Amino acid sequence: MDAIQTDALSRRYGNLTAVADVTLTVARGEVFGVLGPNGAGKTTMVRLLNGVLAPSAGSCRVLGLDPARQGSGLRRRTGVLTESPALYERMTARENLRFFGTMYGMPAGKLAARADAMLEAFGLAERADAKVGGFSKGMKQRLALARALLHEPEVLFLDEPTAALDPEAARRVTELIMEFTRQAGRTVFLCTHYLPEAQRLCDRVAVLNRGRLIATGTLAELARTLWHGTWVDVECLVASAPDLLEAVRVVAGVTDARLDEPDGTRLAVQVEGEERIPAVVRAIVERGGQVVRVNAREHTLEDVYFELQGEPAHAQPAVASETSGRGGRR
Amino acid sequence: MNWRAVGALARKDLWEVRMNKVAWIPAAIVPMVIVVLLPLAFILAPNLFAPSTGTPDPNANVQTLTNLVPSSMVTELHGLNDAQRWVVFSTGFVSAPMLLLLPLMFSSIAGADSFVGERERKTLEALLYTPATDSELFLGKVIASVVPALLLTWMSFVVYAVVVNAAGWNIMQRVWFPTAAWWPLMIWVAPAIATLGMAAAVLISSRVSTFMEAYQLTGTLVVIVLALVVAQATGVLSLSVGVTLLVGAALWAVDAVLVWLGVRLFSRGAVKALA
Ligand SMILES: Nc1ncnc2c1ncn2[C@@H]1O[C@H](COP(=O)(O)OP(=O)(O)O)[C@@H](O)[C@H]1O
Ligand SMILES: [Mg+2]
Repeated sequence: MDAIQTDALSRRYGNLTAVADVTLTVARGEVFGVLGPNGAGKTTMVRLLNGVLAPSAGSCRVLGLDPARQGSGLRRRTGVLTESPALYERMTARENLRFFGTMYGMPAGKLAARADAMLEAFGLAERADAKVGGFSKGMKQRLALARALLHEPEVLFLDEPTAALDPEAARRVTELIMEFTRQAGRTVFLCTHYLPEAQRLCDRVAVLNRGRLIATGTLAELARTLWHGTWVDVECLVASAPDLLEAVRVVAGVTDARLDEPDGTRLAVQVEGEERIPAVVRAIVERGGQVVRVNAREHTLEDVYFELQGEPAHAQPAVASETSGRGGRR
Repeated sequence: MNWRAVGALARKDLWEVRMNKVAWIPAAIVPMVIVVLLPLAFILAPNLFAPSTGTPDPNANVQTLTNLVPSSMVTELHGLNDAQRWVVFSTGFVSAPMLLLLPLMFSSIAGADSFVGERERKTLEALLYTPATDSELFLGKVIASVVPALLLTWMSFVVYAVVVNAAGWNIMQRVWFPTAAWWPLMIWVAPAIATLGMAAAVLISSRVSTFMEAYQLTGTLVVIVLALVVAQATGVLSLSVGVTLLVGAALWAVDAVLVWLGVRLFSRGAVKALA
């Protein structure tokens, strides 16, 4: 049985359709990313899947339960890291965990031990009895994550877990997410507009825009549907013969080739698949090319994302783009 | 019904409203005035001023006031001298609606903090993701507003009884307070009014986004009680056991409607719950 299943799921607020006709499935144990700019409908999805909002049309099932009608039973088995930490700031970290543990129906004895263990694991043991109001954003987020995992949920929903954090705090939260999801084989539904995070964590992603699902798949699958081939950069020691480009273009499986540097030391070749690369290299070497470097470009999630959204990367301020300089697309 | 969750939520909310000093400072002053200063003024003022000033004997005014007293009170005033009549009339009759301000005020403040404050502090969403049902959440918050309001009201009532009996001892020469009508007032009407204050806070909470706005709006409820004071003083309502029971029943009927509306407003389905 799949962990999450939606069928033409829709939610309207008045005239605005926040989630429109979304059909997707998330397998058990999968880390599934939902990508989209602000207002795409990510938070609304999380609410619908936990029975906090009822769908306007369509349906969904989480762990085989209907969130709208069996919400209470379902929420016992899901954990949600909300967009804002939603902690009681005048209460201590320990009091927060114990309160929510009780609300989740955890037995008192087990709860106390589990809360302490979580505070320890999340690096908050020393501040366990300090008021949360004095915590840094990163600490609050770690505490909120500890709360979401306290009752050992089968499905974990993470709504922009690192959006408000500085890079260091964000990395710590990401590491905790990896630690607490991979080991337990937990299903994760991660909403984010921070693409490197999704690339690092997710097995599969869905791209959402204005409530609509634009694409679903693994990074490789998405890249394959978007670009019908792989670009390969070839660097030679000295300028190659003028007819080199022509010779490469006629190699089977090559769909495009051009010079990257006017002096002819670098060329870019588009091939149907990586298995064509040796033939390309052979053709260059046969024409006297002295190959020093061959590099098949990999698409980042960011490339995929912006291609899907139909906008160039630098014109998308809503999306945090912290690129690694692995420029793949032009 | 998961009573453990309901209890945890009620305790948490109670703890939170206790931390809300903005709410409690005025809420501590009003009871002092109503429970201590008001009865002292009623009982002691005529004795302090009557002999020294040249104004007509205040007991003469009392006479005209007591003429307004409905027949049900006549028995209570029967066989008393004018000074005694004044004490019974003012502290046992006129000020009754004032004491009813207390459950209204306490529960609407606690209700505003519990229902609006939770949303304002952005913690409501995490609560909605817990397995607690809508009715468990609502009930927890109702308990957190109504129960302390009632306890504080009853404590105030005890203090009031002590003050009235002690200050009036010279005149009355016996423990005469509370009179019969006060028991249904405290046991039947006060809870209905506390519920009213809470329900009003819930309804208001769906229209405003901050605790202060809700606090100020619930303050307008005082008008209802002031109307009761006027009605009482002009003799429209008599404070008999029967009338008190009727007024209580009417209030409970209003409560039922307001709570029904409140439950619908404070539910996961209601979009307003998630700002
Ligand atoms: N309670 C609400 N009332 C009205 N509109 C809402 C409400 N919540 C969200 N929306 C709208 O629905 C759309 C999707 O919002 P949301 O799910 O929060 O997106 P995301 O989490 O991807 O940023 C937005 O246009 C937002 O303004
Ligand atoms: Mg969101």
